[in-house]
Amino acid sequence: MTVPPKTDTSKWKIVTCDPDKCTGCTVCEYICSLTKDNAFSAQKSRIRTMRLHPLINISIACRLCNPAPCVTACPRDALKQSETTGEILVDDEKCDGCSWCIEACDYGAIVLHPEKKVVRICDLCQGDPACVKWCPEEALDFTTKDLMAQKARMAVTKKLFKESMEAAGIKP
Amino acid sequence: MLGYAGRILRVDLTSGKIWTEPLKEELAKKYIGGIGLGMRLYLDNSQPCVDPFSPENPLVVATGPLSGTMVPTGGNGHAFVSKSPQSFGVGEAKSHGHWGTALKRAGYDAIIFSGKAEKPVYLWIDDDAVQLMDAKHLWGKSPQETEDAIRNELKDFYIRVASIGVAGEKLVRIACVINDKTRACGRTGLGAVMGSKNLKAIAVRGSKDIGVANKDKLLELIKVQHERMKGPAARKYRTLGTPENVLVLNALGAMPTNNFTQAIFADADKISGEYLNERFVAKIIGCSSCAMRCEHIAVVPEGPYKGTTTRVEYEPLWANGPNCGIGNIDAIIKALDLTNYYGVDGISIGGIVSFAMDLYENGIISKEDAGLDLKFGNHEAALEMIKRISLREGFGDTLAEGVKLAAEKIGQGAEKYAVHIKGVEMTGYDIRGLKTAALGYAVSFRGADHNRHGAYGPDVAGKVNRFKAEKGRGKLVKDTEDLYTIIDSLIVCKFSRGTYFEGYKDLAALFSEVTGIQMSADDLRMAGERINNLGRLINIREGLSRKDDTLPWKVMNVPIPDEGPSKGSFVSQEDLDLLLDDYYEVRGWTKEGIPTVEKLNEIGMEDLVYIVKDKLETPIEKPKRKTKTEE
Repeated sequence: MTVPPKTDTSKWKIVTCDPDKCTGCTVCEYICSLTKDNAFSAQKSRIRTMRLHPLINISIACRLCNPAPCVTACPRDALKQSETTGEILVDDEKCDGCSWCIEACDYGAIVLHPEKKVVRICDLCQGDPACVKWCPEEALDFTTKDLMAQKARMAVTKKLFKESMEAAGIKP
Repeated sequence: MLGYAGRILRVDLTSGKIWTEPLKEELAKKYIGGIGLGMRLYLDNSQPCVDPFSPENPLVVATGPLSGTMVPTGGNGHAFVSKSPQSFGVGEAKSHGHWGTALKRAGYDAIIFSGKAEKPVYLWIDDDAVQLMDAKHLWGKSPQETEDAIRNELKDFYIRVASIGVAGEKLVRIACVINDKTRACGRTGLGAVMGSKNLKAIAVRGSKDIGVANKDKLLELIKVQHERMKGPAARKYRTLGTPENVLVLNALGAMPTNNFTQAIFADADKISGEYLNERFVAKIIGCSSCAMRCEHIAVVPEGPYKGTTTRVEYEPLWANGPNCGIGNIDAIIKALDLTNYYGVDGISIGGIVSFAMDLYENGIISKEDAGLDLKFGNHEAALEMIKRISLREGFGDTLAEGVKLAAEKIGQGAEKYAVHIKGVEMTGYDIRGLKTAALGYAVSFRGADHNRHGAYGPDVAGKVNRFKAEKGRGKLVKDTEDLYTIIDSLIVCKFSRGTYFEGYKDLAALFSEVTGIQMSADDLRMAGERINNLGRLINIREGLSRKDDTLPWKVMNVPIPDEGPSKGSFVSQEDLDLLLDDYYEVRGWTKEGIPTVEKLNEIGMEDLVYIVKDKLETPIEKPKRKTKTEE
């Protein structure tokens, strides 16, 4: 019995949000719906902003899980995941809006298009996401999970060694 | 007519009847939206000289043509308009956040409330499904609690809520309407008008598309605005925020202290923007569509008010700080939190508490009268007084009428300490030494306010001699008033005003690309002039005149005492008369401040000539009265 080769997810990039920078302005929602649906609408945006408290703001888009629970959950095989980008592809012919995928997604990153009654998921804008380009605070980033970790390591190191870096005159 | 929803929602609270009417394109072009459209709808749907708290006084809410779009700061505004229970003239207040976006997405440019509900209700707008809901269980709750409760019972976190607190329910005349927990339509007491109608809240879920006429062109304009907003034009709001004013105004001797007794506050560095940002501001957040961000959320880290979390801006900080002689920043932040909790205007409440303190210090009221030791600087008493005013408890019941009416009731010369214009408490500029601003404040149609004109600008920047009253200030005030009314009608945020490098031209371009209605810079400037005249006409209809374009007694009689740049300055009656004459002339009004028929014809307001005809020397035939918007 042969084991199928594991998908190489290391090159997949996702839209991430730095909650320290996010102001909850929802510009990402505006530009997403305009880019994809030619109108301003929060409901049609594939990235959604959540302000739980004035101090707690974040925008959330598809995390490109692998294996993807939404794909597994779809009873009509309407969803599949691109091997190259990790993007979840929706077959509008097969999707009937049953929303099993919405239920399966832990991040609330899937929306039901209010008129078309099919689901919509971040399609990464062909590798150049509009929300990332337009975010006024540069809170959004389009990055691999490895680079995300690198960024976090960089930030925590700077924080830990702030004084010694200043003493040594290191300007990162 | 994209951008606009094209519909006005009508809600008669007496009968419970709800219907919609179309928004006429002509009305939209002439009065734009926000306060302009709101005031016109108010005028057309009200009778003169009704009591602000009577069912006959309609309450209007209006969004602007940019609401719901991605135009930075433009996507989210809304304005409340009615007759003010403070000035008894036109009341208007504007707010940002996310609520206005939702109302536009639900498909409405405005809501007109008439009548009075028999028992507490809230309006639930779910796109086209609009209904009045029982609000008995919400009565007595704060706006923040009300918002949470409505979201819970309607089971949608993205529902946006604008509501009144206990102060609005109890008809406290400085009550405001709060949306998105920390944003307020604060001034002129419209929360009390809402309370008088037994209307606790307006909850909105909007899911309709907002289309624009020229998407590509609009995105280009937005990109330009985004870049400007990242630059020096918006630096102040992105860094220290409006509390930056504390040290600036204090250095000029222009920060009113102890109810306009002094103009320099000794403890300014303990409440400055610099101090606040370093120790208290936990995050700066933004409203829907904003590319600037300004909302400084402060958290008290320790002490008796530990954990208090609220928005901080200069004006309420000043009102509840220096103006009450209070330099304890923890207590000031607590005071701002209380104003949101009870739903009162954060500026006026400080004006009232400082008024009471002044009366106390001058022996006009005693500790027995006040029920508290109301010395300037006693922050514990101030916090307690905020509560008593908001709940109308004890002496707070008298003060809940606002300084003007409270002074009339108290007598004994109390009116000299009542620092207000047209019944609305003063804001944080000591205009004794800012004479361009003094004119702007005197003529502001909604009473004491820096936001109707921004005329402190040339004074503070040193572009004019701020201690001098002279011809030419009228034009300065008029120009900035016209621009400010457009900003409040479109609606964009005042804080973004520096990013429209070409003024009306930039704003007109945004309007045109969103709506598809071609609007030139000059058309828009004239709309600004028209809306200012509209505010004036409503006030004239309600009986206000030149005598009301005046300044607080202290501003006109007590020279600034502090050693410093402003020492000795005050505005004499002679100064004021000169300034008013100049302003009225530039406006094309009579000496009595009445717009002439020629002026009204020139700016396309011939249909409103009937309001001034009795006041002018030559009688004019009264045209048929408009009663409904669609006519």
